[in-house]
Amino acid sequence: MYLYKFYFIFFIFIIGCSKPWNNPYSTEKESYSIHYSSFAERPKHLDPVSSYSENEARFISQIYEPLVQYHYLDRPYRLEALTATKLPEPMLVHDESINYSIYKVRIKPGILYQPHPCFAKDPQGNFVYHDLTSEQVSQIKTFSFFTSTGTRELTAHDYAFQIKRLAHPQKHSPVLGLMSKYIVGLKELKEKLLASSQKGQVIDLKKFNIAGVKVVNNYEFEIKIYGKYPQFKYWLAMNFFAPIPWEAEAFFSQTGFKEKNLSLDWYPVGTGPYMLTENNPNRRIILKKNPNYDPTLRPSIEHNKQRIDLNFDREVDEAHFILEKEAIPEWSKFLQGYYDASGILSDSFDQVISINSRGDANLSSDIEAKGVNLVKAVKPSIAYMGFNMTDPLIGGYSEKQKFLRRAISIAINYEELLSIFANGRGLVAQGPIPPGIFGYLNGLSGVNEHVYQWTEKGPRRKSIEIAQDLMSRAGYPEGIDTTTGKRLTLFYDTVLGGPSGKAVLNWYRKQFKKLGIELIVRATDYNRFQEKIRKGTAQIFSWGWNADYPDPENFLFLLYGPNSKVETQGENATNYQNPEFDNLFLKMMETPNGVSRQKIIDRMVELLREDSPWVWGYHPTTYTLYHKWMKGVVPNLMARNTLKYKTINQNERREYRAKANQPVLWPLVFVVITIFAIFFICLFRVKKDKTTSV
Amino acid sequence: MFNYLLKRIFYAIPILISVNVFTFFLFFVVNTPDDMARLHLGNKHVTQEAIDNWKFERGYNKPLLWASELDGVKKISETIFFENSLKLFLFKFGQSDSGRDISFDISKRMWPSLAIALPVLIVGICLTLTIALFVAFFRATYIDSTGVLICVFMMSVSGLFYIIGGQYLIGKMLKLVPISGYSEGLSAVKFLILPVAIGVISGLGNGTRWYRTIFLEEVNKDYVRTARSKGFKESQIMLSHVLRNALIPIMTGVVVVLPSLFLGSLITESFFGIPGLGSYTIEAIRAQDFAIVRSMVFLGSLLYILGLILTDISYTLVDPRVRLN
Repeated sequence: MYLYKFYFIFFIFIIGCSKPWNNPYSTEKESYSIHYSSFAERPKHLDPVSSYSENEARFISQIYEPLVQYHYLDRPYRLEALTATKLPEPMLVHDESINYSIYKVRIKPGILYQPHPCFAKDPQGNFVYHDLTSEQVSQIKTFSFFTSTGTRELTAHDYAFQIKRLAHPQKHSPVLGLMSKYIVGLKELKEKLLASSQKGQVIDLKKFNIAGVKVVNNYEFEIKIYGKYPQFKYWLAMNFFAPIPWEAEAFFSQTGFKEKNLSLDWYPVGTGPYMLTENNPNRRIILKKNPNYDPTLRPSIEHNKQRIDLNFDREVDEAHFILEKEAIPEWSKFLQGYYDASGILSDSFDQVISINSRGDANLSSDIEAKGVNLVKAVKPSIAYMGFNMTDPLIGGYSEKQKFLRRAISIAINYEELLSIFANGRGLVAQGPIPPGIFGYLNGLSGVNEHVYQWTEKGPRRKSIEIAQDLMSRAGYPEGIDTTTGKRLTLFYDTVLGGPSGKAVLNWYRKQFKKLGIELIVRATDYNRFQEKIRKGTAQIFSWGWNADYPDPENFLFLLYGPNSKVETQGENATNYQNPEFDNLFLKMMETPNGVSRQKIIDRMVELLREDSPWVWGYHPTTYTLYHKWMKGVVPNLMARNTLKYKTINQNERREYRAKANQPVLWPLVFVVITIFAIFFICLFRVKKDKTTSV
Repeated sequence: MFNYLLKRIFYAIPILISVNVFTFFLFFVVNTPDDMARLHLGNKHVTQEAIDNWKFERGYNKPLLWASELDGVKKISETIFFENSLKLFLFKFGQSDSGRDISFDISKRMWPSLAIALPVLIVGICLTLTIALFVAFFRATYIDSTGVLICVFMMSVSGLFYIIGGQYLIGKMLKLVPISGYSEGLSAVKFLILPVAIGVISGLGNGTRWYRTIFLEEVNKDYVRTARSKGFKESQIMLSHVLRNALIPIMTGVVVVLPSLFLGSLITESFFGIPGLGSYTIEAIRAQDFAIVRSMVFLGSLLYILGLILTDISYTLVDPRVRLN
């Protein structure tokens, strides 16, 4: 019994220090307002010059501040000035028979960088950590080695410096190729830097100039781009155009830093509301409030808070992002109140969501009783099935080929796919433009009449008989090729695999079978799949696109002829070519949002629907759950810097956690008693045996 | 013994080279340097120029195994294989394709892996040996047959079930410990209780069955009969004679895994959010990061060879009849 007591006291000693027992966080942080959430995939880059993925933007968008940002509440999405005094507007100039657009930018004075050792100076004004000796570098174990920090004011030079960084050959910016087409002098700078790099020289960007970026003074600069490219303003909202101080680059470029993994890619330096204080992407990433952040120099957040009717408690002091590779523990911890937000597991979807008679998804009563809120939003993206237009069978522009593609478009019932494989989380697409983006039309005017018919209840997919009739007109009655007498066989290239992938592929086969078409699935790895798309050897495939910015151009360019994958390695994966569409595309690009632009887009979409290079697929919908103590949550799928709008009610969270996590001890006691019982039974048996043998 | 060890070390060199070649071959059959570049550059708006630049920076613009257009030694030395693999033998793992120092990352991530693997091994062996001795002590009784039945049942259950079931029962239902997470220092204990307990329990069935078999084999040997005839108690025989002689096969299984303990476990670390090395290689394969893959495969094979050598040495320590020559 003494042993039992010892174990019990030991157990209490270890985990009893924090209440509740299963609290994964240390208690001393209770006084802070901390937002807890998880991430499944570690970010690869935190340097804004090379970061281009969603899971990275989630962190760096809280740290870096580009010139402009997306308004948190307004829809359709619109830009507003962030560090700039106003939205930069292009000024057209004509110089030696070339058209240019000049963006004159003025930034707000008084904006400060977060405290960082790269700015630390001694009393004489010299940088403390810029010329470290190899001996000093060898002493660095962690970033906390740098005890002194400093700051300085944001200047126009920092924006110019970052634009030059895009051309740095060792930074490998993913947008360098695209931006070289627009920013004057970027291509030339890239070549100069590459030549220096190949000679083995250390590149000091301060010594290089770029023709298209002119710094007027500390608060003003100009960016000159070729021709008209109205969408450039959206690029200015991306982290590629966030300011980087030269001091940070000089600090991290020191000899020996790379071997210690000290780089701007790991320790960002920004002016944003938060700064990164711990970067262990294998465990957690912590952001803390930037003490130098002055909200009065940014667009009014208070105003936004009033508009979303906030019960304002307290802004987030710290954000802890915890690595959760598996969804089950993440979901359990959300229910225990240890995460403020969560997605929904496919397996537990039915327990969380109930669909009412009108088909609306709402929270189940059990989850609602826990005080959880559901936020739904259609993503500005599209998942589609593409036909390779260079393929002689499924591609081409003859009437018969169009009939074949339209018949397939009707037969593939995406409503059913979403219902079976995605719990209905998606909106079936009528064209390439998702909701929330200019050019998208709702209701009757937005219906793809080649695939749907309008009814009182909304759009309804045309019957399979109509699709079969189209097949006959295409020369394949009941799927039989009238010229050869053989069944039509098509090939579908995919990276899907595993049990769930097989189910989807079987479903696709069934859809094609409705038309008598035999679908042969060619499963492969992603590398080979991409190679097939690049070479144009795939026939039918599924792909998707996530918006870079909320402009129809960012979707319609996926079908613009000169972007053909086979010819130019562009993003037009189906290699669709239509001269009328291409002409309209150029016109649409330069036309500001308004009636005339809508007319152009409508015509372009109609051409696409008629030619059907894609089966339009669906726009995925995100379902996110938030606990009631988290306020200020508005679905905004373009803005990533949204942490600053959120608030936490600490008391509510503490109460919920205490209530939901009362330890249950009796099974533990039961197990201990059982073990002792077994032990004593065995002891009894030994004694009995001894007695018997005597 | 010194000569023997020297010989084993020399044998290890061709094995390591072969493993390297094999890994290299398998990796580049699936991923070309262009594919790697495309993935690292983000797959969107990637130009051929950017791909070529990325390859040049990392030396992937060179031929894979044989530079036919060059002369002499350069035919071999100016290749991706030679430039990357030779450094491994000097333990210079270099930088990953995403720019991180591999040695630094390994040195950071090995400790959490070890924090789980070591207690699981030690507690697991102690508990398994105890239960196996206990069951062997009651051989041919209902305790033995019930024990074996439970062991077979425990062996048949998937490791993943133990993890999910353990998290559900202990973490979610009883709320005794955190479901997942990790912390540094002493506060790591509360995060380690559950994975260690599950690691130990999931290995109990298999281990107990195996050790029980070893003990039963020993129990019927002549020296045990002699001990009994001398009047020793059965418990004394089990602990002093049987356990000691059964150590040799047990040691074979244990010592060989010792050096590779810090490489961690993929599933356990994923489910419990332990920032160890378990997922390092898998993440690298997914990210097509050849620098990490080759380093981890090299390290894995090296540690396995080291484990085998240590096993040989340990034989001589527990069994005086064994000599290494």
